[in-house]
Amino acid sequence: MAITTEPVAYVRGTPIAEQPPPLMARGWVAWVRENLFSSVGNTILTLIALYIIYLVVPPAIRFFFLDAVWTGSDREACLAASVGREVGACWAYVDAKFSYFVYGSYPWDERWRVDIVFVLGAIGIAWLLWLDAPKRNLGALYFFVIFPVVAFILLRGSTAVGLERVDTSLWGGILVTLVVSIVGIVVSLPLGVLLALGRRSRLPLVRLASVIFIEVVRGVPLITVLFMANTMLPLFLPGNMSPDRLLRPLVGVALFASAYMAEVVRGGLQAIPKGQYEGAMSLGLGYWRMMRLIILPQALRIVIPGIVNTFIGLFKDTTLVSIVGIFDLIKTVEVTLVDPTWATPVTRLTGYAFAGLFYFICCYGMSRYSLAVERRLAAGQKR
Amino acid sequence: MTDVTQSTSPRTSLINDPRVRGIAYQVILVAILALLIYEATTNAIENLRRARIASGFDFLSTTAGFDVNQTLIPFSSSGGSTYGDAFIVGLLNTLLVAAIGIVLATILGFIVGVARLSSNWIVAKLAKVYVEAIRNVPLLLQLFIWYNAVLKALPNPRQSYEVGSGIFLNNRGLFAPQPLLEPGAGLVIGAAVAGIVGAFIFRRWARRRQEMTGQQAPVGTVALALIVGLPLLVFLLAGRPIALSYPELRGFNFAGGVQIFPEFVALLVGLSTYTAAFIAEIVRAGILAVSRGQTEAAHALGLREGPTLRLVVIPQAMRVIVPPLTSQYLNLTKNSSLAVAIGYPDLAQVFMGTVLNQTGQAVEVIAITMAVYLAISLITSLVMNIYNRRAAIVER
Repeated sequence: MAITTEPVAYVRGTPIAEQPPPLMARGWVAWVRENLFSSVGNTILTLIALYIIYLVVPPAIRFFFLDAVWTGSDREACLAASVGREVGACWAYVDAKFSYFVYGSYPWDERWRVDIVFVLGAIGIAWLLWLDAPKRNLGALYFFVIFPVVAFILLRGSTAVGLERVDTSLWGGILVTLVVSIVGIVVSLPLGVLLALGRRSRLPLVRLASVIFIEVVRGVPLITVLFMANTMLPLFLPGNMSPDRLLRPLVGVALFASAYMAEVVRGGLQAIPKGQYEGAMSLGLGYWRMMRLIILPQALRIVIPGIVNTFIGLFKDTTLVSIVGIFDLIKTVEVTLVDPTWATPVTRLTGYAFAGLFYFICCYGMSRYSLAVERRLAAGQKR
Repeated sequence: MTDVTQSTSPRTSLINDPRVRGIAYQVILVAILALLIYEATTNAIENLRRARIASGFDFLSTTAGFDVNQTLIPFSSSGGSTYGDAFIVGLLNTLLVAAIGIVLATILGFIVGVARLSSNWIVAKLAKVYVEAIRNVPLLLQLFIWYNAVLKALPNPRQSYEVGSGIFLNNRGLFAPQPLLEPGAGLVIGAAVAGIVGAFIFRRWARRRQEMTGQQAPVGTVALALIVGLPLLVFLLAGRPIALSYPELRGFNFAGGVQIFPEFVALLVGLSTYTAAFIAEIVRAGILAVSRGQTEAAHALGLREGPTLRLVVIPQAMRVIVPPLTSQYLNLTKNSSLAVAIGYPDLAQVFMGTVLNQTGQAVEVIAITMAVYLAISLITSLVMNIYNRRAAIVER
């Protein structure tokens, strides 16, 4: 067959100029029409939403940024009368009290010890949370055994290593918030694993004891547990033994968190297929070796998001220790509010905003992390 | 072929026998627990004896030496009210704030949860910001903000905001007109109850008739007439037996009317907005769990958006929503004990706070408080289990 070489009359030799995409089907106008004003009801909703944003956002920006006072040495800087204009947030107050918010009344010359503990803790947390980190077993040993001991010696001080003793009544602020939550997680994770194993045990008495503990603790508010630790712990101990004021709520928080942790871990244990148990048993492993080598590594891995979520809850719940008189971040903020040097109408809201921002950044960061882990764990199941 | 049934157990030493080991573990556990309890009890008895604190539950019938500002039952120290009465006052206040809080949190939570799935971008984003902002800040801090920074910052009674006619808002709380019941008011209340019951019966009848014959009845109009019209008619016929007592400014405070304390408002608003954020996430997850095919099938049958959501999606989503929703209700009830921080007289504040301080009987008071919360939790889970059994999908 011969190929015709005559030019075909109706084919264009050159491409025509590109036309802009139809504005009504693509582009931002179409997007706005489709997403915000597709119907009467939708338009009303959009207008209501815009009105709410208008009510909240501009005043908030004015208060926290435009009208805010950033520098100053005392309340004069944040008083509308002395500044001569509308005054927003008094960030100068947060700046002045910042070290109190972080360390509480911890002695000035010893604060380097707290800083070292913060750095050591950050290393431990990063080691554990980074799933591809080298030697994560060692990381767990570091965080759950070595770090608590070192941190205790550094913070409390001990004459044996030549560090001056700092009484726990001087600890405060973010330091105490972190101490309570880290102790909570360090104690509650192993205890929670034990309780979860106990609840799934074949031994009736072990199971009964675990179920009673878990259900009772989960059925009562944390505040009652804290009151109990605060008033009843000294009663239960022999004679003149009076536990440290900070230790009492720590015991309460740790026991409370372990009941919740147990339920999370139990979810992981139940998700492991029966074949894994049977496989381990057919290899001749005993109960503890089966759990340690086969079951728990898999179970704990799938409940990392749950553990992080429990920790977020625990972290927010640490604020309750302020009710039983422990100087956590909330309590230190409350205390500075009665300081006459900074007493202004805006101080209270500024202090609360600072505390709120601190908790928000920590909790939001953790929840993002747990979502990322969840996505990563689900990646294997995706087709 | 020999029989493979084993008549004798394999020879293992006693220490490796799993059954013996199991029994040994349990014996050790029981021994440790018994020792702990024994030690704690003897120490407690010894310590209490030394501090000269009485034990037992006699204190419940002792006259209480304090007053409570918000009470649902008559309570006054001069009137001879006892610590037992204080317990009832606290319990009722806890139940009051929990019940209203649950209703508000559910309404707000469902609205926000549905809004998060809205096709309207700005509404969905706004709902998301609400959920993230509320969930990531501790409840205690939010209560402090509501109570100290919002409600206590309101003007004093002389400069109160007038919200509506006869409703005033100031730093002593919310003042609203109080209905005064005169003889004959019982008839009006009875009519209102009858109206509501009648409306339900009419709805059931209308639905059954529609299923049988396909005829529809004007349920909305009839229900409105029964619920609003009937009591109004009785009210007018009986000679207006209900009057309103309006709050009036006298001196530095209001008199008359009903006063809603700022502690109550702060706790209620804080609890319901906080729990609503969690409920919103549960509702969203529940709706997403209903497969897309259900919505498409409903549309194919000719149902519009509203009926699709109401008749097809929500009933199926409820199966997923209800169990976590219950645990949120329980959380709200337990969180209401944070009242202790802002001074709302709930069980924790009145009983575990004031009564504990006055009597010093820590063991009894804390045990009773914990038992109450535990009982609420257990009863709720029991009811929920029954519901779940009824709502579960019946499979072949």
